[in-house]
Amino acid sequence: MYEKHLMICGATGCISSGSQSVEEALIEELEKHKIRDKYRLVMAGCPGFCEVGPIIVVYPDEVFYCRLKPKDMAELVVKHLVGGEIVEHLLYKGPDVDAPARFFDTIPFYTKQKLKVLRNSGLIDPESIDEYIMRGGYSAFTRALDLEPPAICAEIKAAGLRGRGGAGFSTGLKWELALQAPAVKKYVVCNADEGDPGAFMDRSILEGDPHAILEGMLICGCAIGADEGYVYCRAEYPLAIKRLKTAIKQAEEYGLLGQNILASGFNFKIKIKEGAGAFVCGEETALLASIEGKRGMPRPRPPFPAQAGLFGKPTTINNVETLANIPLILKEGGVAEFSAIGTEGSKGTKVFALAGKIRNTGLCEVPMGITIREIIYDVGGGIKGGRAFKAVQAGGPSGGCIPAELLDLPIDYDSLNQAGAIMGSGGLVVMDERNCMVDLAQYFLSFTQKESCGKCIPCREGTKRMLEILNRITEGEGKPKDLDTLDELAHSIKDSSLCGLGQTCPNPVLSTIRYFRTEYEEHINEQYCRSGVCKALFHYRIDQERCTGCTACSRACPVNAITGVKKEAHQIIQESCTRCGSCIEKCPQDCIMITPVGRKADVSN
Amino acid sequence: MLKSVAAVETAITDPIDLSALDAIVEPYLGKKEMVIPVLQVIQDHYGYLPRPAIEVVSRLMYIPLSSLYGVATFYSQFKLKPRGRYIIRVCKGTACHIQGSPKIAERIEAILGVQSGETTDDLKFTLEEVACIGACALAPVIMVNDNPHGRLTPDKVKAVLDSYE
Repeated sequence: MYEKHLMICGATGCISSGSQSVEEALIEELEKHKIRDKYRLVMAGCPGFCEVGPIIVVYPDEVFYCRLKPKDMAELVVKHLVGGEIVEHLLYKGPDVDAPARFFDTIPFYTKQKLKVLRNSGLIDPESIDEYIMRGGYSAFTRALDLEPPAICAEIKAAGLRGRGGAGFSTGLKWELALQAPAVKKYVVCNADEGDPGAFMDRSILEGDPHAILEGMLICGCAIGADEGYVYCRAEYPLAIKRLKTAIKQAEEYGLLGQNILASGFNFKIKIKEGAGAFVCGEETALLASIEGKRGMPRPRPPFPAQAGLFGKPTTINNVETLANIPLILKEGGVAEFSAIGTEGSKGTKVFALAGKIRNTGLCEVPMGITIREIIYDVGGGIKGGRAFKAVQAGGPSGGCIPAELLDLPIDYDSLNQAGAIMGSGGLVVMDERNCMVDLAQYFLSFTQKESCGKCIPCREGTKRMLEILNRITEGEGKPKDLDTLDELAHSIKDSSLCGLGQTCPNPVLSTIRYFRTEYEEHINEQYCRSGVCKALFHYRIDQERCTGCTACSRACPVNAITGVKKEAHQIIQESCTRCGSCIEKCPQDCIMITPVGRKADVSN
Repeated sequence: MLKSVAAVETAITDPIDLSALDAIVEPYLGKKEMVIPVLQVIQDHYGYLPRPAIEVVSRLMYIPLSSLYGVATFYSQFKLKPRGRYIIRVCKGTACHIQGSPKIAERIEAILGVQSGETTDDLKFTLEEVACIGACALAPVIMVNDNPHGRLTPDKVKAVLDSYE
């Protein structure tokens, strides 16, 4: 028996912050004190709070240590593990707590969350099937084995689960269609091609609780009569792929995958296919083409994959998070438990990836129907650096932005659609007043334009034309009728593109025009970017009254465009300035102003 | 079914060692749906997809060279040119973009004198863009081979590059 279990976050975020060197230092300290075998160290899944990584949670004490460095390990071992005393200065501290917070439930980031899909992430060893089983894993699958396929589909339908990958189609209905398709061979596909920039919830689920996905796929196999499954995963997620492979091997050893599973007569095997870097492969028909070894290009529907999918056979394609919800619904009493959370049209919870100018970057799982304000201010801790909230981009390149006046919008499929955004896969990127909305639209469109597969003309040519116009606007060459042209193009592309990529890619442009039209007009009519992002459309100017001559800016300038004597007000040589922004980051007085080109008056800083 | 690589090799003048290909392609023979995994293994082996190697795959797997080229150019992961010892990938995810990744990319381009997609003349660095590496909490991030460098500012870029010999 171990005295304590130390769960070290081994997900990509914390590894990037250095959790592996923290683990090495911890092992070294334990060996130094010859107590290595008393403690169990686990590189666990993601507890979600990436901002304060690397994280170690000590069980059974449930103490949450964060922002750890290798040098902290000596103290953690001696004081906490040997001495039984909590190391105060390694606990969570922040403006949202009065005193250092010991446990999950005292950290504001966690208090409004409802961990269902992420129930095991960070709590169990993702490379141990036993721990998953101990937490009730695979019991929903064994229950499903005793049910008739239509009954399984009916339960999923009754629970009201909608696809978590973007469009929000009823999962139960999707399964029913595949069940009704007459064929001997059928497939289950897990879409783990999480391509939205700024979204990483599927990766965290795969890394933290891979068996939940396998169980979801097994249940789907029972429900539609399939005996083979594929997980299509981005190659950029090497750790997720490794954990999945381990999980599949363990499930095979336990007889949970293979022939005649648990003597039920049901056969199922799962293979992994790695993507090779193409955003369009998140679209289901393109994904299927990619699994078949072809260029990942979509095809017209019908026939829908439920009728003719992978290798021409009926196929059900579900997103990672959707599948992770399945065992929760199929367990005893799961339908009632699941549908008790959420709103009328959107049941259950949703995992969001919080990123951008938000204090608590990371992963959170909240009940459907919670407001954006609650997510951003209560869970997310508000805006970084005390600046003003401007907008949040929901749903990535297919979604839209939600401005400050809609902060009280409840998060559910239908409200988001009405606001011009989409649930998407659940990326929420927060922006403050230093972010330019025209630049954001241009960023997303240059992404989708690059990723357009080129098969259909509206998407291939239309995105190119829209991008040209946006490029012009950000360079100060915009024309008054550009906004109307953008609007017209956007609607043509939406109406006539072949697949979801084209049908949704104008959304970021439409929603930024809808909510931030003034900013577009300033760019076009006044050649002015008030956020100081579009380089041709502003100057930096040093406020001569407030500059103390500290020289921080002139030392930071990479092109020597700032002159001035120490302790006297400095000047910017406009001809040399490249507007890289190095000075504005360094100025302790906030006295470098963003001013319109050719205008003397200061507008904002 | 397996043709000798040596026979194929005589037709190719490029001095690329193709001896490993037999073993690489063997498990995938007759499985045309495995094209992408085959190319991935070959790229792991050579660091890129050398044309002579692709020609061998085409003959061994009975897939037209044009189809292989079609697949290799469709997916951004595949590279048809040799790359540097260190691959710098600038994350272009949304979180990185709004926190200044364009400025980071500009600074790297200025220091190395190459644009995205290019390799320095000494084959030391290749500069690439990546859609999102999912380390949004550390934005803006770059990866140099497998090492992430997060919370960057343009000023920190030089020190990061200098740390690679």
